[in-house]
Amino acid sequence: MANKKTENGSENRRNFLRLGLMSSVSAVAGASLISNLATGEEKKASGEKVRVLTPDGKMVEVDAESINNYPEAVITPEESRKGIPDKKFVMVIDLSKCKNARKCVEGCQKAHKLDDHQEFMKVQLMQNNEEGSPYWLPKPCFHCDEPPCVTVCPTGATFKRDDGIVLIDNERCIGCKFCITSCPYSARTFNWGHKEKFDDKSQPYSPETQVPAAEGTVMKCDFCPDMLRQGKLPYCASSCPMGVIYFGDKNEDIVTNGTETVSFSQLIKDRGGYRHLEHLGTKPNVYYLPAVNRQFPVERGFDVDEEILDRYKDVPIVKEFKEQGKL
Amino acid sequence: MKASDTLINDLAPQKFGRKGVIWTTALIIISIAGIIAYIDQVIKGQVVTNMNDYALWGIYISNFVFFVATSFVGAVTVAVLRLTDNAWRTPIVRIAEIISVACIIMAGLTIMIDMGRPDRLMNLFIHGRMQSPIIWDVIIIPTYIVICLLLLYFPLLPDLAILKKHFSQTHPKLSKWYGKFSLNWTGSDKQKKIQLKSIHIIAILIIPAGFILQTVDAWLFSTLFRVGWDSTNMGAYFISGASVAGVGALVTVVYVIRKANKLENYITEYHFDKLGKFLVLTCLIYLYFNINEYVIPEFTSKKEEVTHLNHLYSGQYAPLFWFVIIGGLVIPIIVLLFKKGRKPLPMFYIGLLVVVGSWWKRFLIVTPTLLQPFLPIQGVPESWHHYFPSIHEWVITFATLAMALLIITFLVRYLPIIPIQRTADEQEATKTNKPLSS
Repeated sequence: MANKKTENGSENRRNFLRLGLMSSVSAVAGASLISNLATGEEKKASGEKVRVLTPDGKMVEVDAESINNYPEAVITPEESRKGIPDKKFVMVIDLSKCKNARKCVEGCQKAHKLDDHQEFMKVQLMQNNEEGSPYWLPKPCFHCDEPPCVTVCPTGATFKRDDGIVLIDNERCIGCKFCITSCPYSARTFNWGHKEKFDDKSQPYSPETQVPAAEGTVMKCDFCPDMLRQGKLPYCASSCPMGVIYFGDKNEDIVTNGTETVSFSQLIKDRGGYRHLEHLGTKPNVYYLPAVNRQFPVERGFDVDEEILDRYKDVPIVKEFKEQGKL
Repeated sequence: MKASDTLINDLAPQKFGRKGVIWTTALIIISIAGIIAYIDQVIKGQVVTNMNDYALWGIYISNFVFFVATSFVGAVTVAVLRLTDNAWRTPIVRIAEIISVACIIMAGLTIMIDMGRPDRLMNLFIHGRMQSPIIWDVIIIPTYIVICLLLLYFPLLPDLAILKKHFSQTHPKLSKWYGKFSLNWTGSDKQKKIQLKSIHIIAILIIPAGFILQTVDAWLFSTLFRVGWDSTNMGAYFISGASVAGVGALVTVVYVIRKANKLENYITEYHFDKLGKFLVLTCLIYLYFNINEYVIPEFTSKKEEVTHLNHLYSGQYAPLFWFVIIGGLVIPIIVLLFKKGRKPLPMFYIGLLVVVGSWWKRFLIVTPTLLQPFLPIQGVPESWHHYFPSIHEWVITFATLAMALLIITFLVRYLPIIPIQRTADEQEATKTNKPLSS
């Protein structure tokens, strides 16, 4: 099933990802038009022909069986444990470009139907040392290769897939919260009470979307596997106006932020990429490019709602800024 | 014959007096209030608690740890004193066994209160994974419950037979129950041999089981990447802390029962003196581990450690921290080192102080650490920076404590809290100057 087909140069990388990913869609979700075209894979013909429009604008007639049922095809909790074949997802966050626009947070919250305070992606205001200049740090789940949350989960409700993604099956979670305490990056959130949106069963539950959520269970950033299966970037990466978040496949050594596609290893080498709290040995799959040669002064990040700003009021640097009248 | 009759009359279970009735009613009311609060929590979800995504373990977990710790008293007093052949243990062992049983049962129940999905309890067995320390707890807690029950039950057999006879005229119904539970005890040599052997095996078994239980409890914390938990000190720290909590509870309960059941002739100042020495020994060991835990990290002054420690020394939990250290440890050590401090009444107050200190100590182990994660708590509502239990949490927690006391009260009401047969044998032995085999 391995589809090694790649595109050259600077063409839209979403297209690239799509082609790269589609082979797996056919494996897991059942049928995929593009993958069939790309791999020339034989499928049982149903006899029924359907006319469809391809991404490059051509009208073609294909067998009905070959149509990608996505997004109607739901990945069940059992299927979601397998992962997308031959993939090893990785994220690179370029701190020099982040200005706390919060579009990643909002995009993620909208897609996952999260409340205001429930953030899979948190933007933190960091300062490495007293002399260091503060910077914004978008923090998703790091999808560690040695995930402490998976180790401590008593029921295997949280699991690590072959493609590197760590997911939660909220139909198995017993709500002991052990995984939340085990995460050194505070990536997990808990559904403390019941909410009306949990009752909306119009979309069948899948650990890949975490919708609908359930009371008394844990949630966190999932790298949006439902988008990945469609060859799209996770919501945070696609909503960022600055192109801060690069996402891609480590196996193919390529990451993209939607406008620019680069070699993952080259990017990490050239820009001094690092992982947060490397010494803990959790082996995160999220890399950071240090906040050097900034595109924006950190103050630009304070251009947010009063309520959001208020949440940072205890941060020493914010207090300092207030004294200096910068806010 | 006369002597043994007074003995049975003195030691046989007594009906509650007025105070006993008030006490039990109060406990039942608190328990019912807690059950109502818990049902409300199940309906509304844990949103009724003041826990949040950072302080996500609160007093439910610290209360659980407290129960686990206190249940260690069975292992530490009964088994250790038995194996070291300390004869002074006779009048207090059964009380220790009763406390152990009550606390470990309540520990098993309280841990479920913290579950977000109690309806999925069976998932622990269907999908259980041995890697998870929670599964270790799932295995050891029921094991310890069984061992504790057996350790309480086996030595009771001869006494139950005595009570069957004692109550055969006055309370035939009660007598029948005692008879059933005494398993046709006749006191024959064969029975005695089996009983002694069984008790001996269980007394040995409860020591590793108790150690495993406390250590697993410690590992629930020390297997996690958290400042203040991620410490090799934790296992021994928890075992020594459990001895303090357990013996502290024992002293308090012994004092109350002695007073309520007028057992001054059986539990004497001599026993309190010994218990006091035992308590001060456990406190001193615990002090040693506290120094390891709270002082030594200051030397390397790793930033995270120091932030955490300063949070305790002078932050929002400082008053509590100093109360626990000084009230729960330093004062008991000073008082108990003096002979006058080991008289029954001061011992009672010290025991109470130790128990209250031990309870809050668990809170200090659990919650402040959660409020000091590696990445700072930012961009969240102001209330997420703090934790103080909600009404629901308090009512439920008090109810679990009341239920533990209720179990103790119930067992005290129906069981001879001082082993009758053994006391009789000992009195006989002192008369005839023969050493008594344990």
